[in-house]
Amino acid sequence: MKRSIPLAIVMVGGILFIIQYFIPHQHSQTLFDYYTEWAPIVGAFALVLGVGSLSRLHSHKIKRKAKNWQYSYAVLIPLFAVPFFALLMPESLGGGLMESMGGTRTTQGVFDFAYLNVQIPIQSTMFSLLAFYIASAAFRAFRAKSALATVLLLAAIIVMLGQVPIGELIGKWFPKIGLWILRYPNLGAKRAIGLGVGFGILATQLKIIFGVERNWLGGAGE
Amino acid sequence: MTETIGLWVAALFTIGIYSFLYKENPLYRLAEHLVIGISLGYFIVISYMRVLEPRLIEPISNGEQGAWLLLIPAILGILYITRFFPKVAWLSRYPMAFLMGAGMGVGFPLSMKAQVLRQLEASLIPLYKTGMSWEIVLGNVVMVLGTLAALIYFFFSKPHKGLFFGTGSKIGIWVIMVGFGATFGFTVMGRISLLIGRIQFLLGDWLHIIK
Repeated sequence: MKRSIPLAIVMVGGILFIIQYFIPHQHSQTLFDYYTEWAPIVGAFALVLGVGSLSRLHSHKIKRKAKNWQYSYAVLIPLFAVPFFALLMPESLGGGLMESMGGTRTTQGVFDFAYLNVQIPIQSTMFSLLAFYIASAAFRAFRAKSALATVLLLAAIIVMLGQVPIGELIGKWFPKIGLWILRYPNLGAKRAIGLGVGFGILATQLKIIFGVERNWLGGAGE
Repeated sequence: MTETIGLWVAALFTIGIYSFLYKENPLYRLAEHLVIGISLGYFIVISYMRVLEPRLIEPISNGEQGAWLLLIPAILGILYITRFFPKVAWLSRYPMAFLMGAGMGVGFPLSMKAQVLRQLEASLIPLYKTGMSWEIVLGNVVMVLGTLAALIYFFFSKPHKGLFFGTGSKIGIWVIMVGFGATFGFTVMGRISLLIGRIQFLLGDWLHIIK
């Protein structure tokens, strides 16, 4: 009941939907339509787990006055305030989605404010921060200690310079070489890695369907 | 007014994140905690407005034909909550089993098609056709043989010895290194352009020093 039935559901569901793909019949399509209709609904409820776990973690931190507990309020307040304003006060307090984000509002509300002025700047700055770290990583990785490291260094330099104006100053042919590297040898390497990943995905899917891989069951109720 | 405040808030947090380059500090910590809270809050809103409201609540409340069937995924979804109650936590495996089983079943032929067959198909191209320039012909040869060589490098069931496996894997590692170099360079440029974007925001939109 606790493990066997979920494993059986996975096996039956998995095999059923693999077979469904190869049967061009109305009933088969109806079955697939049910899946596409139901899966997002079930998936949306999974968010409850994330919200619950995060809330529990941070409320415990506040209760125990753990290290840096004050910052837990910075997680909990927007976690509940953003949906509160967006869903429960869609117009009066400026919640709701803007037109550009699929909603009906034309002016910025609390939801949009938090998203556009806090979320987006912080996230893009965090990614841009990596420019500094990637530069220091490049310094270590790009030392031409061997022939292979030299190839890596040359490929990276040509691709980088090919994308900026200085590349064209070196020669009109220079950006073309960068593009050629990206289009051909890079594609070859990526395709081989992609094929390996693809076979890995297929093997994992089969392992889950046939119950060889059971980690997703977790330890609940054991 | 809202826009000006928004601009200042965005600038404050941008500087806050960059202050991490010096050392970790309260403003950085505040920003990283806020982004977690807002992200999850954002996903709650999107999940409700894009999924639960149009696909579950509206059809049931409008009494659409066959809408009662939607109670099945709703009940399955609610079973996730049992995860927080140790005695009945095992019930949360049922919605997971539904998503895993059906998801893997639906995904298997699609993964086979997209990740394997389409990739193989794209690699089996004519190396030369009339009218092709020499750099394209060379590129095709490098791409096709490079893919094969890199695949040989990742094939560990046979020792990398002899003409086919030995030489193939050696060529493979060269192709992979070129690929890694190109990817690294491309990623660096992507990050740099993000950095330029943030600096343009600070010096242009916020301080109006540059236009």
